[in-house]
Amino acid sequence: MQLPSRLGAAQRQSLVDSRFIDFLTKSWSYFFLLGLVIFFSLTGMGFFSVRNFASILTTSTLIMLMSIGQTYVVITAGIDLSIGWTVGLSSVTTARVMRDLADSGNDVAYAMLVGVFAGLLVALIPGLVNGVLVAKIKVPPFIATLGMFGIVRGAAFLLTDGQQVVRGLSAELRESLRMIGNGSVLYYIPDRGFEWFALPPDLPPQQLRLVSQLLPYPVIITALVVLVFAFILARTKFGRHTYVIGGSEEAARRSGINVDRHLIIIYIICGLTAGIAGVLHLFRFTAGAPQAGEAALLSSVAAVVIGGTNLFGGEGDIMGAVVGSLIIAVLQTGLVILNIDSIWQFIVVGVVIIIAVLVNQLQAALERFQSNA
Amino acid sequence: MPKPVLTARGISKHFGGLTAVDDVDFEVSAGEVVALLGDNGAGKSTLIKCISGVYRPETGEVSFKGADITGHAPADIRQRGIETIYQDLALAENLDVGANVFLGKELTRRLLGLLPVTDDQRMRNEASGALDQLDIHIPSLKQKLVNLSGGQRQAVAITRALYWQAQLMIMDEPTAALAVPEQRKVLALIRSLRESGIPVILISHTLHDVMAVADRLVIMRRGQVVANIPRAEASEELVVRHIVGAA
Repeated sequence: MQLPSRLGAAQRQSLVDSRFIDFLTKSWSYFFLLGLVIFFSLTGMGFFSVRNFASILTTSTLIMLMSIGQTYVVITAGIDLSIGWTVGLSSVTTARVMRDLADSGNDVAYAMLVGVFAGLLVALIPGLVNGVLVAKIKVPPFIATLGMFGIVRGAAFLLTDGQQVVRGLSAELRESLRMIGNGSVLYYIPDRGFEWFALPPDLPPQQLRLVSQLLPYPVIITALVVLVFAFILARTKFGRHTYVIGGSEEAARRSGINVDRHLIIIYIICGLTAGIAGVLHLFRFTAGAPQAGEAALLSSVAAVVIGGTNLFGGEGDIMGAVVGSLIIAVLQTGLVILNIDSIWQFIVVGVVIIIAVLVNQLQAALERFQSNA
Repeated sequence: MPKPVLTARGISKHFGGLTAVDDVDFEVSAGEVVALLGDNGAGKSTLIKCISGVYRPETGEVSFKGADITGHAPADIRQRGIETIYQDLALAENLDVGANVFLGKELTRRLLGLLPVTDDQRMRNEASGALDQLDIHIPSLKQKLVNLSGGQRQAVAITRALYWQAQLMIMDEPTAALAVPEQRKVLALIRSLRESGIPVILISHTLHDVMAVADRLVIMRRGQVVANIPRAEASEELVVRHIVGAA
């Protein structure tokens, strides 16, 4: 038995290096985010402020929520192209249910609660169908979810009768939505100190503009969703099986994992986080809009990729997607503050995506090099 | 000769007009390495799949440790201790050794007495113990499998099978994708399986491997067993003659 005892002797040499590369590929996006924040803070007036950071966090919630579910899907070597419109479908459904319930004399709080529930529930449907198509009927995820992209888009516009927003939301309902969507647990008013939950009604407009939201509700809600799904992915058996499927579907099947059921649940999760994004979008903008998540779809995929999740599956985590979403939000805000045409934001984000993929490939290339050496 | 652990009698399997396996008898005894040889299409894989439950034989019966397992589902046959290690090893290369040994059967613990989380440390420790028993050393069990060599991965697959109480190991071309030094390590592993009393069915094209570890050679040709010879009586020339049908 002298031979197996020497298994891996040649590996020991490369271990340190591969750990360094691992560190680099896992952490570069964190450093990049830090670098961006420092850069904009030094060059952009008003970038470095609590008020602006709260605004960046709020801006990032839409992409972040979508990228949470997308991370699960991408780890299984899939992709969900439909969630941009799922956001819209959920936003529109929630708005309609709230409007109709409130208009028929129900309590606004009750109408809102049922509306949120309906919006989340409806978001599970495209997820379920995507999951069944991918898992049971073996339709490639790209195609299945592209089909769903069209279907959900159509469904969302059918619900607004072709309009850009759901019409007829009462003033009372809109005000209630705004209180949550644009509210904060804690406010800071210069010269007056901290206020919990609500601003004093007598606040003059010039002071209102200086108020900092310390814990905006959308950010808190998003943070909770991040925590739950990051925990599930990183620590539970369900999360582990997600990585197994991404690493080798065959291995997953042979080890007794119910791969089909698992994939269906993952696409449902992806629909769910898009649904949460849609509901939150309605609260923030007080309008149920079919195209609420349209532009965010590719940004959410970008956030996932920038965060180090491998499009071929098996690797990635939620924190990566969070950092990716923050990078995109910081770029968006920072470029505006620097007064650079917002068109540049597309170019810069594009470049960052390509850098992200290159860094990932650098790892793969170095690993290949090492295992050949 | 010890009593056979696995007995297959009169196994036949057709695919359309093609007779893949034709009335084959096959036996494996405790602590025996049986090499199954033959040209492509000789029926080796079909015979193995009739044993592992992937195919249901049309005639004949398979019994393992005295129980009839003919036509049982693959999962049931695995449950009974017949483990097949395919060439692709069925490992998740993006995960570490512990995760792979416990693939699909992860150990969990309660976080704060409440939330069930995977117990990675315990899985690594268990895996480490199982690897030690086979005298396999892998520098860091936190390494992803993709960073390990082909031989080490093979060792992980074997360790997993043994950890889950495999009692008969079927190995399909275990050395095919490996460099020569790694091939020797895997052959040494097969020998240590035999020493611990676990019989191995070795499917291989590599005569050199077969001659190095097998106790008995079963040679198939056109769906039939054409030779069943103890290693001591086999020469490479004789084996080749049987394989090509010139004996």
